[in-house]
Amino acid sequence: MTTPELRIAADNAAKMAASTQVSAMKIRGMTVSYGEKPALFSVDADFASGAMTAIIGPNGAGKSTLLKAALGIVPRLSGEVSVFDRPLSVSRDRIAYVPQRASVDWDFPTRVFDVVLMGLYRQLGLLGRVKARHRQTALECLDRVGMADFADRQIGQLSGGQQQRVFLARSLAQGADLYLLDEPFAGVDAATEAAIIAVLKELKNQGKSVVAVHHDLATVTRYFDRVLLLNVNKVAEGPVASAFTSETISQTYGGRLASAQIDQLGLLVVP
Amino acid sequence: MTELWQALTLQAGYNASLVALGAGLLGLSAGAAGSFMVLRKRALVSDAMAHSTLPGVGIAFLIMVSFGGEGRNLAGLLIGSAVTATLGLYLVDWISRRTRLAEDAAIGAVLSVFFGFGVVLLTVIQTMSAGRQAGLESFLLGSTAGMLFSDAVTIAGGGAIALAVIWLLRRPMTLVAFDAGFAQASGVNVRQTDLAMMALVMGVTVIGLKFVGLILIVALLIIPAVTARFWTNRAEALLWIAAGVGGASGYIGAAVSASAPDLPTGPIIVLIAAAIFVFSMFFAPLRGVLYAVIRHQRFQERVHLRQGLLAMARSEPIHDKMTLRLLLRAGYIRADGVATKAGAAQAAKAARDERRWTTARQVHHDSAQTGRYDGLTPIESVFTPDEIALFDEHLAGAPRS
Repeated sequence: MTTPELRIAADNAAKMAASTQVSAMKIRGMTVSYGEKPALFSVDADFASGAMTAIIGPNGAGKSTLLKAALGIVPRLSGEVSVFDRPLSVSRDRIAYVPQRASVDWDFPTRVFDVVLMGLYRQLGLLGRVKARHRQTALECLDRVGMADFADRQIGQLSGGQQQRVFLARSLAQGADLYLLDEPFAGVDAATEAAIIAVLKELKNQGKSVVAVHHDLATVTRYFDRVLLLNVNKVAEGPVASAFTSETISQTYGGRLASAQIDQLGLLVVP
Repeated sequence: MTELWQALTLQAGYNASLVALGAGLLGLSAGAAGSFMVLRKRALVSDAMAHSTLPGVGIAFLIMVSFGGEGRNLAGLLIGSAVTATLGLYLVDWISRRTRLAEDAAIGAVLSVFFGFGVVLLTVIQTMSAGRQAGLESFLLGSTAGMLFSDAVTIAGGGAIALAVIWLLRRPMTLVAFDAGFAQASGVNVRQTDLAMMALVMGVTVIGLKFVGLILIVALLIIPAVTARFWTNRAEALLWIAAGVGGASGYIGAAVSASAPDLPTGPIIVLIAAAIFVFSMFFAPLRGVLYAVIRHQRFQERVHLRQGLLAMARSEPIHDKMTLRLLLRAGYIRADGVATKAGAAQAAKAARDERRWTTARQVHHDSAQTGRYDGLTPIESVFTPDEIALFDEHLAGAPRS
């Protein structure tokens, strides 16, 4: 006697087993709601290991919420998350998270260097002392984002782009395998955008996985390998070449993005 | 005056010394615990909690008397105050999470209702013929009169435990205060950390009731932290400076109060803390007002020096006396007004940086950053080397796409 639920469960299990590629992060049936209106409804997603994936969708599509709910920062109504095929709690050490820049108070009494050290707190534990090698790691991470000269600055003196670089350096200090970034390019200058994308590509070349909430459709094909198109539901998912088409984009954005703009992206129209 | 000196140097007798040391330890832990509330921007929650202790004091007294016990047993009263403080805290949390009311509205409501209820209870107790009720009002504004050795030990012990917990949890608490989302993502339990923070403040509040009183304990939690902010840009330093400010206020305040027994302890401690605050506001080198005046003076000199260098680069004559004096002092010109070698080099650098800034303001997207152009700020202190290289490419006429 097989109930429909059981059959679906068996089906899902078979699908999971069949996927040959290891997922960096796998989300199944995730629903998140602020109040009575779901921000995300029953989303399944597979973020491929060793790839750079963009999460794309209009404002209010639940892009940031997807990351936050996957990490347990906002509660899920339903759904399961696994990271490198293990439960999140087991794989925490392998994740680095870069929140939106605007989510913190930049007048907080702390220096650039101390913010990067925060990436090492988990490794340090409650009692561990900050040793020379920890300082070394933090400085190296700052250097990778071109901010080594700013280590002693109070964070309130930084520009938006520099703030973003500091956040990226902090995530580098975490030494993770999966990097989740929430709008890393929002409101940053061109030089910073180039610096960030260089670091992310370097991570990818080291075999790390990168997932970024992204809002600039024009740069998707240049920056990313894969996309997840999201608008409360998942619209499409896969390699940029096959999933990021004018059809899926207009499906995601509805009437909000004129077809003329889609044409400007110069994508192949899949018949 | 001699009495105050004796009190400060612990020569005013056994009891006064006990009180001064106890208040010092209390201030130490209050300053440190309060820092986290200020950094987490929840300072006023501690005020709601402090006011919520009053009904607990009254209820505990009534219970102890009705069982035929000593109504003024300090431990019993403190347990009672902790119970209603927890209730008040829980209510603030519940109201702001379950209703659409903001936290400040919830704080206002809970604070006034609990305090009002407490005052009613105290009045009832006063009209009862229990006879030994006198002294409960001291929980409002604090008193050191009739302090027992065991009371001082309780306060010292509680303060020491609070400090130990703060030291142990300083990293997760700083992380949660700065960036709760990141903290949660990296495995810190934000809710439990917040609760620990609250528990700490509650512990300090409850043990501080006797000394400082519930109305003013919030000052001892907040003033040291905001005072410390004038002196440092680092959270960890802020924590220990705040502890020092709180400890000094408690110690000196209790000594002053002991030298003139009619003075209420709490208000004196708070006034001492406020005096340190005002001093810091004016004289702290990092963010103090006086230093800002000096900085302005230096700023003016920098403006003149820079304008002088740019004028030199353009080979314009300089007439301003201040500019000439500064250029001469820096060794950029000779007494007869002719540029020195160093002066010529500096003038050339100033002119080049000016051109870089012009380019930066054309090509850099972040107006918050290019907005920092003031003709003075060295460009390398605002932009990263790769950004400056980009400007130079633009200057050379071959911008990278």
